[in-house]
Amino acid sequence: MEYFVIIISAIFVNNIVLAKFLGICPFMGVSSRLETSVGMTGAVAFVMVLATIATYLIQYYILVPLGIDFMQTITFILVIAALVQLVEIVLKKVSPDLYQALGIFLPLITTNCAVLGVAILTIQDKYNLPEAVVFSFATAIGFGLALVLLSSIRESLELVEVPKGMKGIPIAFVVAGILSMAFMGFAGLV
Amino acid sequence: MNQWKNFTKGFVVENAVFVQVLGMCPTLGTTTSAYNGLGMGLATTFVLLMSNIVVSMVRNFIPDKVRIPAFIVIIASFVTVVQLTMQAYLPALYKELGLFIPLIVVNCLVLGRAEAFASKNNVWTSAIDGLGMGLGFTMALFMLGSVREILGAGSWMGFKFIQGDGMLLFVLAPGAFLALAYLISIMNKLSKKNA
Repeated sequence: MEYFVIIISAIFVNNIVLAKFLGICPFMGVSSRLETSVGMTGAVAFVMVLATIATYLIQYYILVPLGIDFMQTITFILVIAALVQLVEIVLKKVSPDLYQALGIFLPLITTNCAVLGVAILTIQDKYNLPEAVVFSFATAIGFGLALVLLSSIRESLELVEVPKGMKGIPIAFVVAGILSMAFMGFAGLV
Repeated sequence: MNQWKNFTKGFVVENAVFVQVLGMCPTLGTTTSAYNGLGMGLATTFVLLMSNIVVSMVRNFIPDKVRIPAFIVIIASFVTVVQLTMQAYLPALYKELGLFIPLIVVNCLVLGRAEAFASKNNVWTSAIDGLGMGLGFTMALFMLGSVREILGAGSWMGFKFIQGDGMLLFVLAPGAFLALAYLISIMNKLSKKNA
């Protein structure tokens, strides 16, 4: 039951993009085509879960015992950056197919604030390790859901006549705003 | 380059938020009121200024291959400085901005300026660039925060001028997207007229 609440909350109620405003850059950047947004979601889910596990272990087995948890930000971002590199290298060797699909998105992920955000949120909300894994995976699904929704809408927007000043980014934000309004409907759920 | 032009380019012509659409997460996440937007903007400006200065100081010593991790470490150090300082002197604002303070590290604007400008220019020019871009960013956040606070809560900088609530939607998440969409399109229109 506990896990169920975490999952629903992370996907719908506190959707990482539409309610918490994390990961907006890739949200706007790759959401003009459906195919790329699916690839991006895969890469994010992969890195997000790994990064959450890694930062969780570092926080509780290194930073806290040594009393240097103020180094959190700097350690976490380095771990994430290193992890992304590592994933890239391993994927290239082990599964060239997957690398083909996710490869171009991996470097972008280091600066995706959703990954660092989830790592920090996990610590802030005091999840234990299995909860943290579930939370990070569900968050990635929520990210993917928002991304796929927005990109499908943006694909059909190309056929519509948009007022001149609203073309491109502004109309994408309006769509995001309306999506976010729809997601507010889930607020009473948990 | 003309230093004055270098300083002011961040305000309108290359404004981080309205023109380059960088650093969207804090832009949307922290602008529930004008004061919060201002606080976030100034914190980012400080990090941007200091990281630009340091990056440009060490630009000749860092091997090209490891420059991005090196920049990230420099930025993260200053973010930690801001984080600890705010926690000590502005605990209320720190609590309000919450997660977005450590997330300055991954603000594309900061890393973008380090990579695109500070790693190629001297210390003085980079400092001016950092300050200018930072103030442009602050201005944008302050504007967006003001719009959202005025429409959403009927107040400005905590000064209330209507009874009860405003259009609550603007303080909540959707309002951030909508307000920013219209601000960008207005800025587009204005800058096209000037050009």
